[in-house]
Amino acid sequence: MKSILGCCAGLALALVVAFFMGESPIHVLQILAQSAFGSPYDFGVTMYYMTPLLLTGLAVAIPYRAGLFNIGGEGQMLMGCMATALVGVIWPELPAPASWLIAIAAGLLVGGAWAAISAYLKVRRGSHEVVITIMLNFIAAAITSYLAISVFPNPGSQNPETMRLPETFLLRSFDRIPSLFQDAPVNLTWVVAIFLTLFLHFVMERSVFGFSIRATGLNPLAARRSGLSTDRLQILAFAIGGACAGLVGMNEVLGNAGQFKVGFSPEYGFMGIAVALLARGRLWACLPSAFLLAILHKGAMDLDIETEFITRDFSKVLQGLIILSVVAFENHRKPVEHT
Amino acid sequence: MSGVGEDSIFWIGLLLSTLRLTTPLIFASLGGLFTERSGVINVALEGFMLLGAFSAAAAGLISGSSTVGWLTAFVISALASGVFAFFTVRLRADQIITGMAFNILIAGLIPLMNKSLFQSTGSTPSLDLALRPSVWPYALAFAAVVGAHLFLTRAQGGLWLRMAGEEPAALTNAGLSVGRVRWWALVLGGGLAGWGGATLSIVLGSAYSPMMSGGRGFIALAALIFGRWRPLPTLGACLLFGLADALQIRLQGATVLGVAIPVQFVQCLPYLLTILALAGFMGQSRPPKNLGRT
Repeated sequence: MKSILGCCAGLALALVVAFFMGESPIHVLQILAQSAFGSPYDFGVTMYYMTPLLLTGLAVAIPYRAGLFNIGGEGQMLMGCMATALVGVIWPELPAPASWLIAIAAGLLVGGAWAAISAYLKVRRGSHEVVITIMLNFIAAAITSYLAISVFPNPGSQNPETMRLPETFLLRSFDRIPSLFQDAPVNLTWVVAIFLTLFLHFVMERSVFGFSIRATGLNPLAARRSGLSTDRLQILAFAIGGACAGLVGMNEVLGNAGQFKVGFSPEYGFMGIAVALLARGRLWACLPSAFLLAILHKGAMDLDIETEFITRDFSKVLQGLIILSVVAFENHRKPVEHT
Repeated sequence: MSGVGEDSIFWIGLLLSTLRLTTPLIFASLGGLFTERSGVINVALEGFMLLGAFSAAAAGLISGSSTVGWLTAFVISALASGVFAFFTVRLRADQIITGMAFNILIAGLIPLMNKSLFQSTGSTPSLDLALRPSVWPYALAFAAVVGAHLFLTRAQGGLWLRMAGEEPAALTNAGLSVGRVRWWALVLGGGLAGWGGATLSIVLGSAYSPMMSGGRGFIALAALIFGRWRPLPTLGACLLFGLADALQIRLQGATVLGVAIPVQFVQCLPYLLTILALAGFMGQSRPPKNLGRT
C-alpha cells in the first residue's frame, strides 16, 4: 500500500517536473501509455525491458533481505553477459541443448562469483559495500570492453562488440515467444525470469534457508547468537543476487543480440535498485515493480523523440523520485535511537 | 644527459598532474568529512560533484565569469544537499538508499536542464579558456584542509559536529539540536562536493561532460574512510588516489617488456587502489560511533 502511494507520489512529482519543463502532463501520460501498450510489438519491447529489470531487481532485493545493499548489479550483469557470450565464442562447436545451457550456467556462475567478491570484502574485511560494488562496476566495464574490443572482436564490424555466436546457441531456433509479439525482442528469458522470481519468493518466505537469510537481515546479532553462520548467509545472498543479474546474458546475448555489445545496458543494474526498493525487498513484488519501471523506461525513450525538452534520462528522474517517495516515510515515526 | 632531462620532466609533470587531479578529490572528501563526522553517511557525493560540475559550467557560460560559476556550484550543490538533509535528518530516511536516489535523480535532471539551457543532452558548450581560474582553486583546496583541521580540533562548532557524530545524546543534553548541527554539516558538505565537481568542469576542463565525475565521489568517500575521517590523513589518501589517477593518464599506451598494457586496465588503476585501500590491506579504520544511525 505504502509502495503504491510512494510510487504515485513519485510519478506526480515527475509530472510536475515535466510541467515546469513546458510539457503538458496529460500529453506525457498519453505518450507513456501509447509507447508501452500501443501495439503487440511495443508491448513485447516493454516486456523485453522488464526482463533485465526484474533480474537486476532480484540482485538488489535478495541481498537487501540479508541486510546488505547491492548496487553492483550493473557489474555482475556485465560479467555474466560476457561469460555467456564467451562460451559461444570459445566453443562454437557445442551441440544444441548443451550449448545454450552451458552458456546460461556460465552467466549465472560468473555473475554470482563477481557479487561474492564484494560480499566477502564487506563481511570479512568490513569494507564499505557501496563503494566496493561501484568500483567493481567500473572494473567489470573495463574487463568486458577489453575482451570485446581487443580479444574477441567482431571481424565483420567496427562496433565494439564480440564475435557473433553460432545459431546453435541462440534461443530463436526454438523460442516461440517473439512471434506472439510481432517478433519483438522479448524472448524465453522473460518467462524464465518470472518463474525464477516466484520460485525465489517461495524459497525466501517458506524455506529454512530463506528464513535464515531474513533473520540475518532483521537482526544479525540475534541470528549469530542462535547459531546461524551470518557471514556465509550474507555472502550466499549476494551471490544468488549476482547470479540473477548474470542471467541477463540469456536475455541479451542468447535471446536478442547474439553477441556481447559494449554499452548495451542503459544502466539496468541501477534501475534494479528502484525495482527492489519499490517492492520494498519483497521478491514477488519485484514483478509489478519491474513491469512499471519497464513501462517508464520504454516511455522515456519515446518522450525523448516526441517532446521538446524531455530526454531519455527522464526515466532516471522518475526512478530517483520513486525511491525517495518510498523511503521518505519508512522511519519518520520510529523512536530516535540515540537519545 | 638528455635522458636525465627527460626523466625530471616526467617526474615534474607527474607531480603537477597529481596535484591537479587531487584537488577535486580534496573538496569532495572534505564535503564527505563534514557530513560523516556529524553522523550522516554520504554516498551522494558523486551526485553533488556532478551537479557542481554542471552548475559551474552552466553559470560560467551564462554569466561569462568563472567566479560566478564557481560560486553557483557551491550554492546549487548546497541546496541539493539541504534537500538530502530534509530526507535523512528530518524524515530520518535510510541514508544510503536516499544517497543513491539522489545520485540517480541528479544524473537524470542534468540532461533535462542542459537540454533546456543549451539544447544539448551531452556536454555543455566550452567555456572561453581565458576565463578559467588559474591557481587559486588549488590553493583553496589545500587551505580548506587546514581550515577543516583547525575547525574540528579548535572551534566550538567543530566540537558540536564531532558530538553529533559520536555522542548525539550528549549534544542534546547540552541543550543543542542534533538535527540542526547535521543540517548545517550537510549543507556545507554538499557545497564543498560541488566545488569538487566545479574543479573538474571549469578548472581542469572547460565544459561539463556527462558522467565526468567518473566515480570520484565514491573514491573521495574511500579516501575519507582510508584517512580515518580526519582532514590531514584524508589529504594524504586523496594525494595517493590523485597519483593513481595521474599515473593512469600517463601510462596509457605504455609498454611493459614490449607488451602494451591494455588501456582499459590502466584506467582501472584508481578503482583497484580504492578496493585495496578499503579491503583493509592498508590498515583498519574506525568510523564515527553514531554514523548511519538515525
